Amino acid sequence: MNIQHQTVEESKKRELSFKFDMQSYTLIIALVLIALIFGFFTGGEFLSSRNISNLFTQMSVISVLAIGMTLIIVAGHIDLSVGALVGLTGGIAAILQVWYDWNTLLVVLCAVVVGALLGLWQGWWVAYRAVPAFIVTLGGMLIFRGILIGLSKGQTVAPMSDSFKKIGTSYFPYIPGYILALVSIALLVFWTIQNRAKRKNMGLMIPAAKVDYGKVAAYSFFILLATYMLNRYLGIPIPILIVLALAAIFIFISNKTPFGRYVYAIGGNQEAAALSGINIKRNTLWVFITMGGLAGVAGVLLTSRLNAATVSAGNMYELDAIAACVIGGTSLIGGKGKIVGALIGALIMASIDNGMSMMNIQTFWQYIVKGLILIVAVWLDISSKK
Amino acid sequence: MDTYALQMKGIVKEFPGVKALDNVTFSVKKGEIHALCGENGAGKSTLMKILSGVYPHGTYDGQIIINGQNVQFKSIKESQEAGVGIIYQELALVGEMSVAENLFLGHELMRKRVINWNEIYVEAQKWLDHIGLTIDPQTKVADLTVGKQQLVEIAKALTKKTNILILDEPTAALTESDVEILINLLQDLRSQGVTCIYISHKLGEVMSLADSVTILRDGQTISTNAIEELSEDKIVTKMVGRELTELFPYEEHVISKETILEVKDYTAYDEQGNKVIDQVSFLLKKGEILGFSGLMGAGRSELFISLFGGLKGKKEGTVIIDGKETNIQKPADAIKEGLAYVSEDRKRYGLVLGMDITKNTTLAALNKVVKLNIIDQALEVRSATDITEKMKLKAPSLEAKVGQLSGGNQQKVVLSKWLLNNPKILVLDEPTRGIDVGAKYEIYKIINELVQQGVGIVIISSELPEVLGMSDRVLVMAEGKISGEFLREEATQEKIMTCATGGKKNEYSTSNS
Repeated sequence: MNIQHQTVEESKKRELSFKFDMQSYTLIIALVLIALIFGFFTGGEFLSSRNISNLFTQMSVISVLAIGMTLIIVAGHIDLSVGALVGLTGGIAAILQVWYDWNTLLVVLCAVVVGALLGLWQGWWVAYRAVPAFIVTLGGMLIFRGILIGLSKGQTVAPMSDSFKKIGTSYFPYIPGYILALVSIALLVFWTIQNRAKRKNMGLMIPAAKVDYGKVAAYSFFILLATYMLNRYLGIPIPILIVLALAAIFIFISNKTPFGRYVYAIGGNQEAAALSGINIKRNTLWVFITMGGLAGVAGVLLTSRLNAATVSAGNMYELDAIAACVIGGTSLIGGKGKIVGALIGALIMASIDNGMSMMNIQTFWQYIVKGLILIVAVWLDISSKK
Repeated sequence: MDTYALQMKGIVKEFPGVKALDNVTFSVKKGEIHALCGENGAGKSTLMKILSGVYPHGTYDGQIIINGQNVQFKSIKESQEAGVGIIYQELALVGEMSVAENLFLGHELMRKRVINWNEIYVEAQKWLDHIGLTIDPQTKVADLTVGKQQLVEIAKALTKKTNILILDEPTAALTESDVEILINLLQDLRSQGVTCIYISHKLGEVMSLADSVTILRDGQTISTNAIEELSEDKIVTKMVGRELTELFPYEEHVISKETILEVKDYTAYDEQGNKVIDQVSFLLKKGEILGFSGLMGAGRSELFISLFGGLKGKKEGTVIIDGKETNIQKPADAIKEGLAYVSEDRKRYGLVLGMDITKNTTLAALNKVVKLNIIDQALEVRSATDITEKMKLKAPSLEAKVGQLSGGNQQKVVLSKWLLNNPKILVLDEPTRGIDVGAKYEIYKIINELVQQGVGIVIISSELPEVLGMSDRVLVMAEGKISGEFLREEATQEKIMTCATGGKKNEYSTSNS
C-alpha cells in the first residue's frame, strides 16, 4: 500500500463518520427534545413503559408506509394513493374474513398481493406510459377509495377473528424478547468483525476498532434499553417487530443490492442512469410494486388494530408517510434519503400526536404543530447545506 | 484610447480556508476586447462575480473604478445599472418564452403599468437587427440553436445599456460557424465602443479576437499584455506556470490489423421518424484513435448514442464488434458488447452529481462487484480506489459527492466509470470540454495508455486542433453522412472544415478489409 492511497482512505474514514453523525444528530436531538418536553409536561408519564409501548404501536402503520415511500421519493416519484390503498387492502382483508370466512394467513397474503398488484398497475402507468406519478397516484387515491366503498357497500366490516386481531395487538413476551435482543446484538458483533476482516483482506484501511465497536456498544445499549422498557409493560408489541423486520430488509436492499443502488441513481440523474445500462422502467415498476405490497401490510396492521375495516380507514395517511420521509431528510427532488431517517420522522410525528393528546391539548393543535414541524424540518435541512 | 473603462485594484477575496483572489489588478481600456485567461480555479469567475455584484461590496477588499468613478455594487442590479452585463456559460434564458419576452424580461416596456407588447416586439426587432440576427422576435427561445441563443443573450445585455460586456466561455458549446458569427458580432460591438471582457479556454479565439490579455494563476495577476506580445504557447506557459512540452501528447503506436468495430450502411431515425444518420459506414481498428469532426448537429453524437442503444428511433444497418454481428437495443446491450460512451455533457448524461465518487464509478459495472445479487462493498471501494488512482483523480475522499469536483476531475470519474468495464471500444464525446489545460493533458495521456493496450478509441470533438492532434485518422460528418476521411498526415483544418460545411467530398483513402 503506498502512502498516498492510505491518506485518501484515512480521510475517507474521518469524513464518513463525521457526516453520519451530523445528519442523525439533528434528528436525534429533536427527538430527545420532544421526549423531554412531553416527559416534563406529563409528569414523566410520556416516558413510561406503557406509553412507549403505545407510541410504538401507534407509529407502526405510518412507519411501514414510510419505508416504501422513502424508495418512491428517492426514485424521484411520489405516491398519494397509499392511504386509500391501506383502506382498500385492509377492507379486502376484513371482507374476506368476516363475510367469506377465510382464514387469517390467506387473508393477510391476499391483502399484500392485492396491494402489490395495484402497485404494479400504478407503476406501469408511471414507468411504461410516462404519466407523472403525482397524477397516477392522485387517480389511484380516488379509484381505490371508490373500490373500497363499492366492495364494502359503505359499511363498517367487523369483527375480525382472534388470530387476525393478534397481529396488531399482541406482544412478544418477556424471555423470547430478551433472546431476540441478544441474538440481534450477536449478529451486529458478528457482522462488524466480518466486515473488518473483509476490508483488511482487500487492503483497505479499516476504521479504528474504538469507533466500530463503540458503535456496536451504543446500538446494543439501545436495543437492551428498549427491550427492558417494553418488557416492563407487556413485552415487545408485534407491530413494531414487523416494522423493524421490514426496515431491516429494506435498509439492506437499499444499501446492498443493485436494485437499491439503481433507485438512488435513477432519482439522482435518470438520464445518466439510463446511459449506464440501468433499466429505468423495470426498476421504477418494482419500486411501485414494493410500495403497494407494503401498503397491504399496513392495511392488515390497521384493520387488525381497529378490529374493523371502515370506508375512511387510512384517510390522509399518505401525507403522514410523506411528511415522515421529509422530516427524516429525504429530498423530494429524488436521489437522496434514508429509511432510518423516515422511521425517526414517523416517531417524531407519532410522539407529537401522542404527547399532545396526553397533555389534553385539543386535536386542532396537533395539526398545526405537525405542519409547522414539517416546514421547519425542511428549512433546517436546506439552510444546513448553505 | 488610453482611458480605462474598468479598473479593479488590489482585489482580495477569501472563502473559508481559501484565498481565492490575492491582490488582483485588472485594467481594461475603453472599447477593447480584453481576454481573461487562466486554468480552472485560477479565480476568473470569482473576479467576474465581484465585478457583476454577485459578491456584494464588503465581502471583498479592493477598489473597482468604472469610467473613472469608484463603484460599490451591492447587488447584480446595481452593476447592471452601471452598464456591466455578464453572460454565463450556462445561458440564462427562459426556453418556453419568446425571444422578445426574453430580451425585456425584468424590464418590460410598460404603458400605464400594463405591458406594451407591440412596443416590445418593435424594439426587439431593432435589437435583433442591430446584432445581425435574422429571426422573428416571437420565436420560442427553445427552438433556437445554442449559437443563436447566445446571440440573444448578448442582445439582452445590450438592451440594458451595457457598455462592459463580460462573456464567460461563450464558445464552449458553439459550432465553428456560430463561433465565427459571434466573433464578427464582438468585433462590430468593439467598433461601436462596447468594452468586452472575454473569458475563454480556446486560445486560438483569444489570439484572433482579443486586443489584450490578462492572465490569472492561483488567484494572482500574472501579466497583462497587448496581443502582439503574445503567442498561444506563451499564454499557456503563463497560465500553467510551467513549460508544457506539447499541447497534444500524441505518441506513435502500433495499430492492429484487427478490426474491433465495423459499421455498415447504418441509418438511424429519431422518435419523430426524421433521418438523423444516413448510410454511415466506417471501421475502427484495435489500438486506433479515430477522430470524428463536423459541425454541431452533423450527427456525430447521435451516431454513437444510437450505436450505444441510447436513441429511441428506428435504426437499420449492420454493426460488427470484434468479428461478431451485434443487435444493440439498449445501453445494457452495448455495455455487454464492450462499448463505452463518454457523453459530451457529463453532468447531464455521465454522472449522478449527488452520489459519491465510489458509487458513480461502479454504476455501470455493478455486476463486477456483486455476488448473489448483493453488493460487496469492500470490493467496490477497492475497485473504485484502484481505477481512480490510475486516473490520477484529485479528490478529498472517495466519499465526496461528484458535484463538488472540478470539471477535470468529474471527467476523470466518468472515465473511471467506463474503464471499470474494460471496454473494447471507448467513445469520447468532447472529452476535454470545459476542462483546464493541466487536466486536458492528463486525459490525453490516459487515451494514449488505453490505445497501447489495444482499446479502439473514437474522439468526437468540435475543437479541430484536438482532433488533428490526437487522431490516427479523422472522419468528417455533415448532415448525418460521412463527408470526408483523412489520415493523420494529410489532415488539415482547412480540409476538414471544407468537408464539414458540405464542401467537396474527399476521396476515401482506406481500403476495406
